Parts: sequence; C-alpha cells; structure tokens
Amino acid sequence: MLDSLHDEVSLTPVIRIVNVTKKFGKIVAVGNVNLEIRDKEYFSLLGPSGCGKTTLLRLIAGLIEPDEGKIYIGERLVNDVPPEDRDIGFVFQTFALFPHMNVWDNATYGPRVKGFNVQKSRTIGHEVLELVKLHERLGAFPSELSGGMMQRTAIARALAAGAKTLLLDEPLGQLDAKVRNEIRYDMRRMARDLGLTAVHVTHDQAEAMSISDRIAVMKKGKVLQVGSPQELYMRPNSIFVAHFIGESNFLEGHVVETFDERAMIELRGGIQVQAVTKNVKREQRVVLAIRPEAILIERGERRSPNHLMGIVEKVTFEGNSVRYEIRLENQDPLVVVQPSLVDSWFAKDQKVRLSFEPEKAHVFPYPEIGLKEETTVE
Amino acid sequence: MTRYTVYGASIVVFLSLILVPPIIGIATKWSAMQQVLSEPPLVNRVLRAVTNSVWIALFVSALDLAAGVPMAWLVTRGSSKWLNVIDTLADIPFIVPTAALGYSLLLFWSKPSGVSAILSGPLVSQGWALIILLHFTFSYPIVVRVLVGALLDYKMEYERASRTLGAPPLTAARTVTFPILKPSLIAAFILAFARSLSETGATFIVAGAFENGPVLIQNITNDYKAGSVSLVFYQGSIAFASLTLILVATAIFALISVFASRLRLPLKRAWPTFERKLSYSKASHSRNLATFLIFFIVVLIPALWVSLPAFQALFTPTLHNSLSGIGVWAGFWQSLTLSYCLGAAVTLLNITIGLPMAILIARKRLGTLASTAFDVLINIPLIVPSIALGVSLKFFWQQNFPFIPEIWLLIFAHLTITYPYFVRSVSAAVERINVEMEEAARTLGAKPLDVFRTIIFPLTKYSMLSGAIIVFTRSLSETGATVAVTTTLQTAPVIIVNWVKALLSQGAKAPATALDIGLGCGILILLSFIILLALRFISREKGSV
Repeated sequence: MLDSLHDEVSLTPVIRIVNVTKKFGKIVAVGNVNLEIRDKEYFSLLGPSGCGKTTLLRLIAGLIEPDEGKIYIGERLVNDVPPEDRDIGFVFQTFALFPHMNVWDNATYGPRVKGFNVQKSRTIGHEVLELVKLHERLGAFPSELSGGMMQRTAIARALAAGAKTLLLDEPLGQLDAKVRNEIRYDMRRMARDLGLTAVHVTHDQAEAMSISDRIAVMKKGKVLQVGSPQELYMRPNSIFVAHFIGESNFLEGHVVETFDERAMIELRGGIQVQAVTKNVKREQRVVLAIRPEAILIERGERRSPNHLMGIVEKVTFEGNSVRYEIRLENQDPLVVVQPSLVDSWFAKDQKVRLSFEPEKAHVFPYPEIGLKEETTVE
Repeated sequence: MTRYTVYGASIVVFLSLILVPPIIGIATKWSAMQQVLSEPPLVNRVLRAVTNSVWIALFVSALDLAAGVPMAWLVTRGSSKWLNVIDTLADIPFIVPTAALGYSLLLFWSKPSGVSAILSGPLVSQGWALIILLHFTFSYPIVVRVLVGALLDYKMEYERASRTLGAPPLTAARTVTFPILKPSLIAAFILAFARSLSETGATFIVAGAFENGPVLIQNITNDYKAGSVSLVFYQGSIAFASLTLILVATAIFALISVFASRLRLPLKRAWPTFERKLSYSKASHSRNLATFLIFFIVVLIPALWVSLPAFQALFTPTLHNSLSGIGVWAGFWQSLTLSYCLGAAVTLLNITIGLPMAILIARKRLGTLASTAFDVLINIPLIVPSIALGVSLKFFWQQNFPFIPEIWLLIFAHLTITYPYFVRSVSAAVERINVEMEEAARTLGAKPLDVFRTIIFPLTKYSMLSGAIIVFTRSLSETGATVAVTTTLQTAPVIIVNWVKALLSQGAKAPATALDIGLGCGILILLSFIILLALRFISREKGSV
C-alpha cells in the first residue's frame, strides 16, 4: 500500500536527540535530554502536562529551535533544517485542518506544495483517504466533520506529505472515550502496515501502554525512564514512574539489614518486610513500592514476620476487579486489587492478612523533596 | 432599566443623531437636485469626478494591501524591539490634520523645499498622482492597524501544519494564512477604500485642476461662497454628487461583501523551488528593506515634512508670537483647546452610545437580520465625503432646529464621522470573546450588567482603548466636515488649513508664513503624539491584547 508515496522518501527515519535543552524565559521546558527513537517503532512520550513532551516533539519537527544540543533525523543533523525539509508528518492536538479547504484539498496539500505532478498528487490523495476510510467525504469542509473524521483527515494529510516519521501531539485528546479507543488501535496498525516510525505524545498512560513499542516517561523537562510498557510496569526505575505507570502503594521505612541482594526493611510501627534490592545500605531511609495486584489478601492472623495486618475500610466493585482500601496496623493506607471472580469478597471492617513476594516490591531511596512532592503530577 | 432599554436607546440615538440627519439633509435638496440634473455638463462633470474617485480608491486600497501586508507581518513576526517603535510611528499620519497632511505632501513631492529640490521641476505635480500618494499615506496606517490585529489573533497552528507538510514560509502564508485571514484583508481594503473615497481637506490641496468627488464638492462650495454660482445650483449639485458617491460606494461595498468572500483566487498551485528562494535570506531581507523604505519615504517623512520648519521656528520670533498669541496666532490656543475638548467629548459620547450598539451587533441581540442590517448601516458615514456630510448635516439641523448652538453641530458632525470606527473595533473585539464565557457567568448568577462589568469590559477594554484612540485622533484631525458646519467656531486644523490656503493663494503676502504653519502643525502633532504614547503606555503596562 502507498507505493507511490514510499519511493519519494529516502531518509532513514531514526531520530536521535543529543543533550537537547530548550528554555522559555527562565523555565526549562526540556533539560539536557538524550533519546534515540528506532526505525519503524511506535514510540510514546508520556508525562503529566507541563513535563516538556510537546516541546520535545516540536523540537523534533523544527517548529521551535533548541537552545543547546543536536537533533538528528536519519544521519542528518537537522538543527538548521526548516520544518518543511525534515520529512516529518505532524498531527496537531487541535488537528489544525485548514478551514478554507475541503478534505481532499487538505489531504493533497503536502504533495501540492512539494510540487508533485497532478497525477501523482491525485493517486496519493486517493490512497491516503482510502486508508483512513474517508474517500466518501472528499468534498466536506472541516467544520462539517466529526472529531474522529477530523482526526483521520489530519493523519491522512500528514501521510500524504510522504513522511516516514509521524509526530503525533496528543492526537486523541480531542476525541471522546469510545472513539479514542477505536482509533488508537487503528493508528497503531496503520503505522505498522506502512512501516512508519511514530512519536506519540500523550499524558494518558493507558493509551501509551496499549499502543507503544517503547515509552519515554518525562517529568519536569527530563526523561526519567525509557523502556517497553512491560519494563516500565515491572521494573520502574523511580518512584515517579512507579506512580505514573499503573498504580503503586508507597510504604515508608528504613533498611535494618541487607543480605543476598535482599534487604530487611522496617516500616513504621516496627513491622519488618523483605524485598529484593541491591542498591541500599543499612540505616538508609527508603520507600517501598508495591502494585495493588501484587498483594495477596487473606483471612486469618499473622503467621510469619513478613505478614501485614489491616482492616478493610472500603470495598469498590470495578467490573473485572474488586478494589480494597485498607488501613494497616501502623495506620498507613494500602490498596489491594483482586479479580472479581474469586469465591468470596472481603467485607468492610473485616480484619485481613496481607503479604507479597519480595521480588514484586521495589525499593527506592527516600526522595529528598519528600514522597508527596515526588509523586505529584502537577 | 432592562438591557433592552439600553439597546433601544442606542438604536434611537444612532438613527436620530447619526444615520438619519445626513440622509434627510440630502433628501430635502431633492428638488434642487432635479433642477441641476437637466444640465448635462454638470452631470458629466459629477460622473467623471465620481469615476476618478472610485479608480483612485481602488488603486490606493490595492497598493495599501501590497505594502501594508509585509509591514504588518514584520511587526507581528519580527523579534526586534524596534518594531514596537515602528508600529507606533505608523500611527503618525493619523494625527496630522488631514489638510496639513495634504500641504505636507505638496511641500515634499512638488515644491522646491522637498525632494523636488534635486530636480528642476516638481517630482510629482498637483493632480491624480499626488492624490494617490496622499491617500496611500493616510490609509496605510489603517490597513497596518487592522492587519496587525488580525495577525495577532491568528492561530499559528495552521501555518505550522503547513510548514510540516512541506511548504516553505512564503507558500504557507500564501496558501494558508492569508486565505484564512481573508475577512480581515477585505475589512482593511474596505476601510482604506472608504477613507480614500471620502477624504476632502487634504485632497483639495493636492488636487490642482484635477477633480474627484470630494474635490468637486469643495470647488462648488468655494464657487458658491465666491458668489459665482446660485444657491440652487450649489445645493443641487452637492446633493447630486454626494448621492452618486454614496450609491456607487454602497454598490461597490455590496459587491465586495458578496463576491470577495466567494472569490477563490487560483492560489492552490505551488512553485516549490521558486517560492523557497523567495522565502529565505536575500529575498526576505530585500522584502523587509523595501517595506521599511516605503514606510519611511512614502508615508512617514512626507507626513512629517510640514513640521520641519517647526525646528527653525524655535529660533525665530515665531515661537514667541505663538506662545503670546500675537498676529496670526491670536485664537490659536483657544482653537487648540477646543479641538482637544471636542475630541474628548466625542470619544466619551462614542463610548456611551457606541458600546451598546457594538454588543448588539457582535452578539446579534436583535436576531441575525436586524443585527446584520445595523452592521451595514453603521458604515454609511464612512463613505460619505466628509464635506458632503458636513454640508448635509448643516442643511438638516439648521433647517429643522435653527436654535441648536454651533458647538453641538460640531459635536454631531464629529460623532457621525467617528462612530463607525469605534463600533467596528469594539464589536470585532466582542465577537472574539467566547460566548460560553458569558454563559458561564450567567449560570453563576451574574445579571447582564454584571456580565458586562466583569467579563466583556475586562476582556475588551484594550480594544475599546484603541477604538477610543482612533476616535480621538480622527476628531482631532478632521477638517472637511468641520469647515462645512461651522461659521464662528474654529478648531486647530481649520486654522492651519486657513493659513495653508492663504499661503498657497497669496504667497508672501499671506498672514501666516511657512514657519507659522510648520510650528502650528508641529505643536499639534507633538501634543497628539504624547497623548497617543501615554495611552499606548497604559495599555502595554497592563498587558495589551
């Protein structure tokens, strides 16, 4: 598919970002970021609003210029290359469809301004519009389209310009939930079918997890961790990533003993638990992060020192799962999620025993700025 | 008082003070007009003059767009701090009294004291070419002002999208930005066109033997005052010329508003290699240079040329004479005070009666049809030659209300001339406010007046300020209608125009010298510029929009 398009593109679409910094006045929007985006991968920039992800995308597109550092697309240093010569397609959050042009003119805008001959522009136009299933609305103006159609037109327009790298700035942000879920898989499939490299900016971790090959988690202008969705979920390298990707319980404590890549950690109230970790020392203040679904919840009394005891404060049915909010004996809160299809649920005010495997708990040094500050997403 | 009372009152005032008097003023001369219609030479003369007016206005407005677009682009997209200064300087032709502006251009382009010094004869003689230069000078700032506002409001995302799709800057501007800004381009064109069609005072000075509509009216008025034509001929021909101008202009506006929005220039094609060359480095530098040169050589310097002798005057007895009000300067300071008080009064009146009308139009409070009708009707005073407007107002008020003092005639005339500018700029600003904000305020319990006080006013106050600036400067420089409605009162521009006329006709025997005129213009320009800067400073200080 899109053969007529592909022979126009000769660049190897690998993006390299080297020590890139961008400031707006005193605010550091992107601070010394290094990143490599591989050929044909679906890559997401994920982070809370204001983390610099859109700025980074605009730097790649050439819509703004970096204060420091280098950006490569393929083998080419593109710092001084204007956006029109970077061979990228950009899908804007608001779509930015030209209001004075219909679907057809929007979609064939790229081939036209690049000076392709009429026949070729026409072929590409039909191909991209067929691809996004809009070939029946060629004459419609943007104001006559639904959100989903506008989004598909915007993608068709970006594809028609011949780019093998697609930069998507919160492309699903303007759509309602149901359409969003459908379109995100369409986008993923289309990118794979066409062999495109895609950089997708989003603040929605579920969206990023479901479509990305790899994700870069950003906070305050820095890239905290890059990895596959599984890596980020299973092995977060920071409290923020553990908090932002999925959900985590955070328990404060200090290391009382280390042995065989494990540590014995004393939580508040003198409860001691074991966790797998290498990089902690005795007496170090730490935070233990445990996923709600990694915790086993049972009836009964404490049998081993690794057991936590608590009272169920709230039970919420969430369809395929049940969520328990528990108050531990040391008064720390804890969330546990269990499949809803188990034999019996626990009731409010019931006393429960909780445990987890040491491999499933992540240990992080206690953050200097405080746990609450570290996990804030604003 | 309900809001409909407010809107009702604003409509009544608009109709009774602004729209109806000039129309009735002309209509009452219907029988006189029918008499002159039986004189083919006059009819031909009027038609020729009106044709001249239209061609000049079309040509000048097109030139304005060609030169104003790059300037507005530079001011909004450039990064230099000096562009702010240029932006303020672009307002100067606004504040030079139009008649003094005409004289200034005459000195600059045609007299030995200007660029013609390097030639044996005048570089540009009095006539159509000088009229074109003059009209370009005073309409250029209007076009730049409108386009700067439009470019500041423009959503850059469209242009960015175009760039990422492969369009070089020039192609992006041509295929995306300007088509989207077409309504503002049309608005700028219409304003420049209307101003060119109706300007009288300055055009008369540079016209020589050439006649366009307003100059013809001025010539016939002068003939009548000199006793060479009869009252019937005077009234009839003025009514006929004014009516023809109004009808032709209305027809052209209607054509523009119907067809311009549907007009699709064949701009789809792109020429990548060629346009890329024009987008970068050398070509864009030369474009910027040309923009600056046009601004300085064709607009700013000619407009200020008349005040050059002001510096010379500082070292002669002229300065002392002016300060003590000796000779021709007797009465100058009273006139200056009158001008500023008049400007302030007209501005306040505009805010009081223009604001409800602006909201009514922007929010279509009386339904789409009525609001659109008012939107068209408020433009009428723009297209009537200012002298014709003055004359017809005088016909109306003197005939029906002879007891009204002259100062009120003056206020009504200035109100009529400035009203469209104020209503237009404020209604555009109100239209830009998202209706949902007002609705949100209403759901939170705000009464209509609270909505105005807490939402509309804070969000439009800078547009109101810029509307007020246009009203004030326009009133301050108005000459044509002022001469027509007054017999005893003299505003500062009228005094200066009288000096200029005397100097042009009597030469060295004239009571006022070039030094007097230069100093008079200099004082007026300086004071107005200080006020303008102060207003701009206030609006910048608080985060101008």
